[in-house]
Amino acid sequence: MSAVVDLPPTRPASAAQRPGFLRRLFADYGQELVVLAAIIALFVVVTMVNPRFISANNLTTIFSGNAYIAVAAIGMTMVIVTGHIDVSVGALIGVLATISGTLAVAGYPVWIAWLAPVLVGMTINACIGALVAYARIPSIVVTLGALSIMRGGLISVTGGTWITNLPPDFLIAQKSVLGLPVPLVFMVVLTVLAALWMRYSAFGRSLYAIGGNAEAALATGIPVERRTVAVFVIHGAFAGLATILFATQLQVIQSTVPPNLELTVITAAVIGGVSILGGSGTVIGSTLATILFATIGSALIFVNVSAYWLRAVIGLLILATVLADMLRRRGRI
Amino acid sequence: MTAAPYVSLAGMSKSFVGVKALKDVNFDVRPGEVHALLGENGAGKSTLIKMMSGLYSPDAGTITVDGKEVKFASTRDASAAGIATVYQELLLFPELTVAENVFLGNYPRKPGGWIDWSEVRARTRALLDQLDTFDLDVDAKVLTLSVAQRQRVEIAKALSKNARILIMDEPTASLVESDVQRLMAVVRQLRERGVGIVYVSHRMPEIFALADRVTVLRDGGYVGTRDIGEVDEAQLVSMMVGRSIDSLFPKADAAIGDTVLEVKNLNHGRHVQDISFSLRRGEILGVAGLVGSGRTELALTLFGMTPATSGEIALEGRTVSITSPRQARDLGIAYVPEDRGQQGLVKQMAIRKNVSMASIERFSSGIFIKAGEEAQRALDAVKRLRVRCRNIGQPVGELSGGNQQKVVIAKWLETNPKVLILDEPTRGVDVGAKAEIHTIMGELVKQGVAILMISSELPEVLGMSDRILVISGGRLTGEIDRADATPERVGMAMTMHQSGEAA
Repeated sequence: MSAVVDLPPTRPASAAQRPGFLRRLFADYGQELVVLAAIIALFVVVTMVNPRFISANNLTTIFSGNAYIAVAAIGMTMVIVTGHIDVSVGALIGVLATISGTLAVAGYPVWIAWLAPVLVGMTINACIGALVAYARIPSIVVTLGALSIMRGGLISVTGGTWITNLPPDFLIAQKSVLGLPVPLVFMVVLTVLAALWMRYSAFGRSLYAIGGNAEAALATGIPVERRTVAVFVIHGAFAGLATILFATQLQVIQSTVPPNLELTVITAAVIGGVSILGGSGTVIGSTLATILFATIGSALIFVNVSAYWLRAVIGLLILATVLADMLRRRGRI
Repeated sequence: MTAAPYVSLAGMSKSFVGVKALKDVNFDVRPGEVHALLGENGAGKSTLIKMMSGLYSPDAGTITVDGKEVKFASTRDASAAGIATVYQELLLFPELTVAENVFLGNYPRKPGGWIDWSEVRARTRALLDQLDTFDLDVDAKVLTLSVAQRQRVEIAKALSKNARILIMDEPTASLVESDVQRLMAVVRQLRERGVGIVYVSHRMPEIFALADRVTVLRDGGYVGTRDIGEVDEAQLVSMMVGRSIDSLFPKADAAIGDTVLEVKNLNHGRHVQDISFSLRRGEILGVAGLVGSGRTELALTLFGMTPATSGEIALEGRTVSITSPRQARDLGIAYVPEDRGQQGLVKQMAIRKNVSMASIERFSSGIFIKAGEEAQRALDAVKRLRVRCRNIGQPVGELSGGNQQKVVIAKWLETNPKVLILDEPTRGVDVGAKAEIHTIMGELVKQGVAILMISSELPEVLGMSDRILVISGGRLTGEIDRADATPERVGMAMTMHQSGEAA
């Protein structure tokens, strides 16, 4: 039971009620709906120009080839919602992929090669989270440091060589379940679970509260420091899961992951509607945004435009998204 | 004496996304008068002055300037018509000098289009002198000035455009008393020079000291315009809130029970030194003290934000150690902070989520929040505490101060606290909401909650408390029963600098 107070009705009763379903949908998922609409529009237009765009082969490329980015962006979204940032995730995935591949080639059971990146990712990020939460170093600084350490260390240790001769059992990203490519299944299942967790759990709610106003969250009894470490650890787990998809999609693992992977991941979160200032955004948005990039990249090829335009287009999308976020804030508070 | 109005507004209405902010309001200003605009937060004062200054365009109604009907498409139009506004948050450029700010966008030119800086400086000097502001250097950067000085720069800026009407939005809200007096002198002087002044303020003494007429708005509607000689304070308050407030501090009689909280020799740093007191069920214990006396620090220590370095806290007879707000919350202590924007609310979050924030575990089964129950509780809280809002999905940042405060209180009531610490519960809250918050406090003590109320408003402390603790320099300098509490006794203890325990 909570304390109950009734004020005498001296004023017109407030018109308080629950907002309607559609209104809530647009308020909570405005950006996500925009991204979804953009994906659909792209599909319709490009397919009209070149019907091979929706061939099964190309769809696999679009949805599966980039699934690891979407998975990494889930963790990134949680970190940014909490009011932090991680610029080291690309380097982390490089390290984890090398560990995973080395274990696989050395003949360890594949489940160990898959589990290792998840556990190591959680451990490394626990250290990063502790520095952010307890030593109170800004996350951008901690993760810039981590980025340099991991990228430099990795090249020094591996000498930049590729890992080859990966056992076929290890290459899970090339398999299917129920006729669907594994990366696609990973992406969808993890996105749905993470979305439910963020929206409907007390833990997820507390992340939004911390990102919105950390001091008020603390003064309300939310253990801000513990939650901050936890969100980095969870982010590390998602980086590990992303690594499994990344490391097993080809026959080789390059110790240099796609350059700027961390920026791609952050961009996915931002275009998906995560406020870079913290406190709002969803993992559904970041996954849709990843699909949008992949769709744009593929579409440019199908309409015969240089793929280099992809980066420029994404840049424009970032600016448009952040501008929309700022305008929304201005209109509101 | 009754000159024709220079500006009149008739039948002004304005809606924002379906919400009527202003309906059918009349208002006029004559040259050489101070016309006060009065109303609670959210009554429509801001909307009205923004239409007068060309920032909003009305949905209905007419504006007449000097006998001619006009339409303001922008603030530029209003400014050209001789209407200038000094907003509450001053719109100056801190890196520019006083003179540069005053004539910004309006610089006198020399032939060839070059700005005539000596003219700019000379004319700024003259304007400031007219405002009896001889002590302000025209070459000083605005960022070096006090709020009161910046305000005078704003006024000079308005005068530089030959304003016939000057709108002042809560000009004294952030001024100290001596600056208030000076500002009032400036206002009187402008009035003598024939400027019409629209004076928006909550403060009754200023209104009675300055205004010739007063117009009251309530809930976006026009209540009436009176000559200041026709009304007294009680009448104005009842016009504002739509009812008469018989007693401003409705102290409810509650049965005072057993001791809930017992504090012995509590210490934290310089601001909490050797504090001992007890708090009982159904009691309102007021804490008085000057700013910086350690009032808030005492609350923060009890609530675990800055855990005590020594001393003993006992809750219902059990000694407890409180090292975090979470622990304090779980023990049944709630804290409504002094600065609700900073520590009380997540402003971009919905009312619903703010209300459930402190008790979220109670709304959860397994790992998931029971959204339906959460919404129902928030809905109940909003209705019971009369939070004025569109719906419970509205971000709390959009609510007025009083309604935000009610959301903070609602949040803590959901935890069913035994001890409720209220730090400046009615700061920045309008008259109506203030009385409502006092009523809420009365209801709570009747249900056996123990309240520790920190306030820098002496009337509030005297009116609401069963007992008063006075703190000065981090130490307890007085403990006074309601029956013996007089402003003098409390005031004396507040300024006492002796050490050691008080009676």
